[in-house]
Amino acid sequence: MMKSKQLSSRFYEISEKEKGEILILLKGKIDIKNSAHLLKELTPAIKGNALSSLVIDLGKVDYLDDFGALVLLETKRLAAEQKGNFSIVNVKENIKGILSLVNFESNEYFMPLKKYTRPNILVSLGESTIQNADDIRFLISFLGSVILSFIHVCLHPKDLRIDDTITYMKKTGVDALPIVALISFLLGLVMAFTSSLQLQQFGANIYVASLVSIAMVSELGPIMTAIVVAGRSGSAFAAEIGAMKISEEIDALFTMGFNTTIFLAVPRIIACIIVVPILTLFSDIFAISGGLLVGVFMLDLSTTSYINQTMETLTLFEVMWGLGKSFVFALLIAWIGCLRGFQTRGGADSVGNAATSAVVSSIFLIILFDSIFAVIRSYW
Amino acid sequence: MEKQVIINVKNLVARYGDDVILDNISFDVFEGEILVVLGSSGCGKSTLLRHMIGLDKPLSGNIIIDGEDIISSDGLYYNVLKKIGILFQSSALFGSMTISENIALPIQEYSDLSKRSIMNLVRMKLCMVNLQGYEDYLPSKISGGMKKRAGLARALALNPKILFLDEPTAGLDPVSSAEIDELLLLINKSIGTTMVIVTHALDSILNVAQRIIMLDKNTKNIIAEGNPEYLKNHSKNVSVKQFFNPKRSVKNINGFY
Repeated sequence: MMKSKQLSSRFYEISEKEKGEILILLKGKIDIKNSAHLLKELTPAIKGNALSSLVIDLGKVDYLDDFGALVLLETKRLAAEQKGNFSIVNVKENIKGILSLVNFESNEYFMPLKKYTRPNILVSLGESTIQNADDIRFLISFLGSVILSFIHVCLHPKDLRIDDTITYMKKTGVDALPIVALISFLLGLVMAFTSSLQLQQFGANIYVASLVSIAMVSELGPIMTAIVVAGRSGSAFAAEIGAMKISEEIDALFTMGFNTTIFLAVPRIIACIIVVPILTLFSDIFAISGGLLVGVFMLDLSTTSYINQTMETLTLFEVMWGLGKSFVFALLIAWIGCLRGFQTRGGADSVGNAATSAVVSSIFLIILFDSIFAVIRSYW
Repeated sequence: MEKQVIINVKNLVARYGDDVILDNISFDVFEGEILVVLGSSGCGKSTLLRHMIGLDKPLSGNIIIDGEDIISSDGLYYNVLKKIGILFQSSALFGSMTISENIALPIQEYSDLSKRSIMNLVRMKLCMVNLQGYEDYLPSKISGGMKKRAGLARALALNPKILFLDEPTAGLDPVSSAEIDELLLLINKSIGTTMVIVTHALDSILNVAQRIIMLDKNTKNIIAEGNPEYLKNHSKNVSVKQFFNPKRSVKNINGFY
């Protein structure tokens, strides 16, 4: 029986001397270009027959690389699967070199592929419990370290890195002002417009001013500002510190005798707690001016009456309450951002995870603490 | 057998910003040889390499790899990429993938082999670089020398005609360095891969180089070319002499104590 296919006949000839004794003559250059094709064509020829022996003749092979060795290996495996003998004949010296380089005789190649096994549910539960316990321990120790560092900085103000703090104030505050202003302005606009649809029916247009100012100053202003800052700066803190962690820069700081919390975390936290309340104040002002725009141009209110109504509604306590909240949010954002940064270990992907986790955790904490504030206020 | 030119660099001028790094450099790389580019730190070795693999564009000049000009022909550049393999200085293994996934990545992309065959091929590649059994390790879990070898296996994944290596032994202990050198020689001999190595490790140069090109910081050009043993013993150039016999200057300092 002679079989040879047009496409690859340049590279092989198959002949069968007696039943089950197959001889494959390989020819030319067996490399990356034809190995996949050869394997596809040789496999059915070997598998289709009852096999007693398979001989591969390399006498006419000029060049063979590890892709060629793969062809030999796979045919060897097929022969072994059918319990046939396998041998290679007429091996040239240079080909022997390649075969020994890839350890062709090793049985390791016949080991089955590793299958993905689902880990035992109890094992995963235990592992994640330990992981979470570790995280919580780190969280508490980091909190302690931050508090101690603050006490240290209060006692030794010279140890605070003023230049860094100012840089972070600019990055967190000044650079965020345009986006915070725009979002707040539009929010005020939308809120005024939506509420006017209802209030107009009762001829209570003037109360749009009260609604916008109360809602923005005590609730939405602090929350919106905090969320923007968490997205911009919280993630940046985590990524910066995380990248420093994986490139051993934090270890370098430690070995130079610096307290890494004072060096990296404290300037960021101080910058945040100074600028976020200021940003919140700006947010309030821009939201009220958004409402004013709607009031004047759509509801026929005069500028004076809108502003008077706003002044009447807002008390100093209301404004301070909002600013107090934003102070707490700032603390949370900076603390979580730095914490996630210090928790980073591994490669480039872990820096991304740290940034993501910083934003998600801080937004969660912002909403949680806002709820707590709401409850406190209702029992005031 | 006449040596065939596989890379031809012609009148290459490279600069970063206003600083000219390489001024009008021309040389050839022959098929199957191991060429070492050397020179003191900051002389533009890595710059030359980055230009040769197409990562940076030169100010002027041509680089022809296996008959294709990689500077002027943007579309053809991808053909050239299949012919070259690169071992980066930091190995540049993908941290989120295991060693075997790193090596399998180009093979999956550019061949029709089955999953099982690719797995075996990856095992063969790892066997070539003496890393059997480390298939499922993440790059962060293995040592620097192993990373270099895994990076080498990935660079060799598609059996490129030309292999570019950026400081393959930098940061390794002498034993690991010697292992890498030996491996490079073995691969060059058995598969016939042309190699362009950028390094300043003297031992490596003397062990593996068949021909060297030495760059100089001041002239921004090639100051020496040829057989390393010959240059070491017979070069008249002061910089070349100093490079190959660095102990002298250290002795001078010892005189002060």
